[in-house]
Amino acid sequence: MSGEKNRKKVPRDPSSRWPEILLSAPSLLWLSVFFVIPTIIVGMIAFKPPSIYGGIGEGWTLDTIRSLAQPSYPQIIWRTLWLSALTTALSILLAVPVSYWLATIPPRRRNLMLLLVILPFWTNFLIRIFAWKTILHPEGWIKNGLMALGIVGKDVSLLYNEGAILLVLVYTYLPFAILPIYAAADKFDFNLMSAALDLGANKLRAFWSIFLPGIRVGLITAVLVVFIPALGSYAIPEIVGGPNSEMIGNRIAQRTFSDRNLPHASALAAILAAVVLTPVVVMQLRQIASTHRRPSA
Amino acid sequence: MKRSRVPMAVSMVVLVFFYLPIVLLIIQSFNASKYGGSWQGFSFKWYGLLFENRAVWKATQNTAVVALFSTICSTILGTLGAWTLHHYRSRIQHAHYLLVYAPLVFPDILMGISLLLFFVHMHIPLGLPTIIVAHITFCTSYVAFVVLGRLQDFDMALIEASQDLGAGWGTIIWRILLPVLGPGILAGALLAFTLSIDDFVITFFVSGPGSATLPVYVYSMMKMGSPAIINALCTLFMLVTFSIVIVGQRMLTKNIQSSQSRI
Amino acid sequence: MGDFIELQNVSKRFDDLVAVNNVSLSLKQGEVFSLLGPSGCGKTTLLRILAGFQMPDSGSVLLNGQDITRLPANKRAVNTVFQNYALFPHMTVWENIAFGLRMSRKPSQEIRKEVGEMIELMELGDHAHKKPHMISGGQKQRVAIARALVNKPQLLLLDEPLAALDLKLRQRMLIELDSIHDEVGITFLYITHDQGEAMSLSDRIGVMNLGRIEQIGTPAEIYEAPQSSFVAAFIGDTNFLNGRVCETVSAEYCRIDVESIGRVIAWNDKNLKPGDSVNLSVRPEKFRLFRNRPPDSEHRNLVQAKVVDLIYMGSSTKYRLECGDYILIVEQQHGRYLLDEKPITWDETIWLGWHAEDGYMLQRYEEKDEALMALGEDMT
Repeated sequence: MSGEKNRKKVPRDPSSRWPEILLSAPSLLWLSVFFVIPTIIVGMIAFKPPSIYGGIGEGWTLDTIRSLAQPSYPQIIWRTLWLSALTTALSILLAVPVSYWLATIPPRRRNLMLLLVILPFWTNFLIRIFAWKTILHPEGWIKNGLMALGIVGKDVSLLYNEGAILLVLVYTYLPFAILPIYAAADKFDFNLMSAALDLGANKLRAFWSIFLPGIRVGLITAVLVVFIPALGSYAIPEIVGGPNSEMIGNRIAQRTFSDRNLPHASALAAILAAVVLTPVVVMQLRQIASTHRRPSA
Repeated sequence: MKRSRVPMAVSMVVLVFFYLPIVLLIIQSFNASKYGGSWQGFSFKWYGLLFENRAVWKATQNTAVVALFSTICSTILGTLGAWTLHHYRSRIQHAHYLLVYAPLVFPDILMGISLLLFFVHMHIPLGLPTIIVAHITFCTSYVAFVVLGRLQDFDMALIEASQDLGAGWGTIIWRILLPVLGPGILAGALLAFTLSIDDFVITFFVSGPGSATLPVYVYSMMKMGSPAIINALCTLFMLVTFSIVIVGQRMLTKNIQSSQSRI
Repeated sequence: MGDFIELQNVSKRFDDLVAVNNVSLSLKQGEVFSLLGPSGCGKTTLLRILAGFQMPDSGSVLLNGQDITRLPANKRAVNTVFQNYALFPHMTVWENIAFGLRMSRKPSQEIRKEVGEMIELMELGDHAHKKPHMISGGQKQRVAIARALVNKPQLLLLDEPLAALDLKLRQRMLIELDSIHDEVGITFLYITHDQGEAMSLSDRIGVMNLGRIEQIGTPAEIYEAPQSSFVAAFIGDTNFLNGRVCETVSAEYCRIDVESIGRVIAWNDKNLKPGDSVNLSVRPEKFRLFRNRPPDSEHRNLVQAKVVDLIYMGSSTKYRLECGDYILIVEQQHGRYLLDEKPITWDETIWLGWHAEDGYMLQRYEEKDEALMALGEDMT
């Protein structure tokens, strides 16, 4: 996402900013109305009381925020964080060797393999979740197989627990990790690996101290595009998770649809938004700062 | 240099991991048995039941309407946005960039709940129009980034060259920009289309009675319907998405080649 | 100076392409040896075999009498200066140079000392803590050399090290490389497609073509006594005259009947007999041009030719001359102030002379090699 880079400064007459304003207006206005304002409203409604009809009441209150202190919330937030972190770690652990492999096979075979790797990315993610639900189902293939091998007993459930959520999260977000890491690996100059071997490094060492730093940008992007959506997971814990493995997304949906307590839902959403947006805003500000500092070429 | 076999082995495992569930699901959709586990003969009966289901047809229709409208609008918005992001450099564009970028990293559920609260707050009834608005909002960012990527490879000297040869802006857009950027815009539109027909979480939040799209309908079926019918529905759904993706890629590579040969 | 590195019957093929075809080669301790050839001739594969990045399909590589054919790159006392340098972008100049020493687990004090000395030798002191993208091309070049040399390799491989530099810098780096070699005294194997670099730097040159070594010799031997039409045409410009021996004049000279030009005398170092077919290579600068017919002399050939084209190049002028069915390329130095002379010009008919010794008989001739020359189309 290097839209900031390589942009040429177009010399222009400062009085004629109208083309820029007119051309920017559609997307700028649309996103302001349907993205920025709703986000602000979320923060606002967290301080409103609920109305008895499931809407939003009059006046202001801090009750909603106070109610977040009840002990079930820290637990849910903690679970959300560690499940997302573990998902990110596992996805990257798998994505790095896959990307390395993709970047080193001959180009003709690579295109086919790349298509194979990203095709699951295009299947509806509900379908993917459902496929796993069928597999992990008490009557499903894996359970039957494991029981036949005597590894698990009849009462063990493969579904409705944190393990199942983790598995499906990795399944869902692994392609998101592979794409940016592959993009970085594809640009990596593999001569550097030869140079490291030539200077006496073994393959593992060259991989660790030359290849991984070389694809750093891809790794950072991968962390962002896996960790952030994982934090907001809703459908996955809803379908393959159980009552004891709720994530923050479930609770938001539950407050919205079951309890119809919209202020409560927005308070939770505001917390999630704060967690998600902090790293993004920091990175963006740094990028903008660095483009300003760079002398114009 | 002898290459390590570890990356290849991991890749093969990952590919099996990716395709095993999908393949099993497709096989299941032809299984006469209602609940997987054992094979009880090949059957089309779930597909038959699916086609008799009126709600599925309604959901399909909704999905198509939403996808069509949101693709057209977001392609226009995203392409204009990408052009200004690429062409101008000012404070406005910094804010603009942040605005286009943020929805990409914003979790679906946050966008869903914030749009829902927005509509509730504004007393706008939920239905197909609210779904379309929501889809345009997130698709615009994706289109903008795809087109922006193409613009970075675009040689701005082409515009100066055509001006030098006497072309006005109308001619430049029609004869230069659209032919060269066409594949990029098309790629953005295709991405918007697939994202729209695929979206569940945001749609789920902003849909009203009678406006369920296919993913929302699949979800409600998962909660209570017969798994065998869902298998059949999912198989057909995948068939459609894969065809769009593969046809799209074909079209794109062809377009790129022909536009390159034209230059 | 014994044979220090030996390649014995090395072959390597990729799918249906034979990259290196039964090559045997030996390098002497301390010499600068260049492998010179067009791209795709197999020189880079040969370098990768020596560096240990590729295993030959057959044949062996010996370093100091020890077989290192199967030894991986990180265990060889051979280091490489890569084309485009391959400097690690995330490390500073200092860290790049220290990398090899760190890999061999030297104590950090020793690393500091040796890297420091190397940085001093290469005059990189001001840049030690910069990242590679912050320094110039010539400095990157020096870092790449320092990074390899600091490991005290027995053999330094240089893979087109100057290809990325502009002309002036290339000339400066050539001189620097030469003095670096004098300083460290280890064997250099220099890979290039640029004959100028190979000529000015090397003790010996091996000219490669299609996976084979066509000729090995000192720069002068390669230039003055090319054994094949490929070597003659690839290194410098030349003219090929094809004919048949018609009489032996003496033990050393023979007369050759060149179709459409007539009989010419040549030095018969190959001991050819009348009737043998022969291909002569005559370098453009060996000819002399005369406006009026000069007096005959025993071992000089003299033919008439018409100027088709000429290019003034400052220190010399290149001419394309029509002579029989041949178009000959001739280069003349300007000894005197040119503007004072009445210069030879287009369409003039002039006399062309060359000595018998200047026509060198080729052992092998292939017509397609003529395409290697700039032959008049673009004489610069």
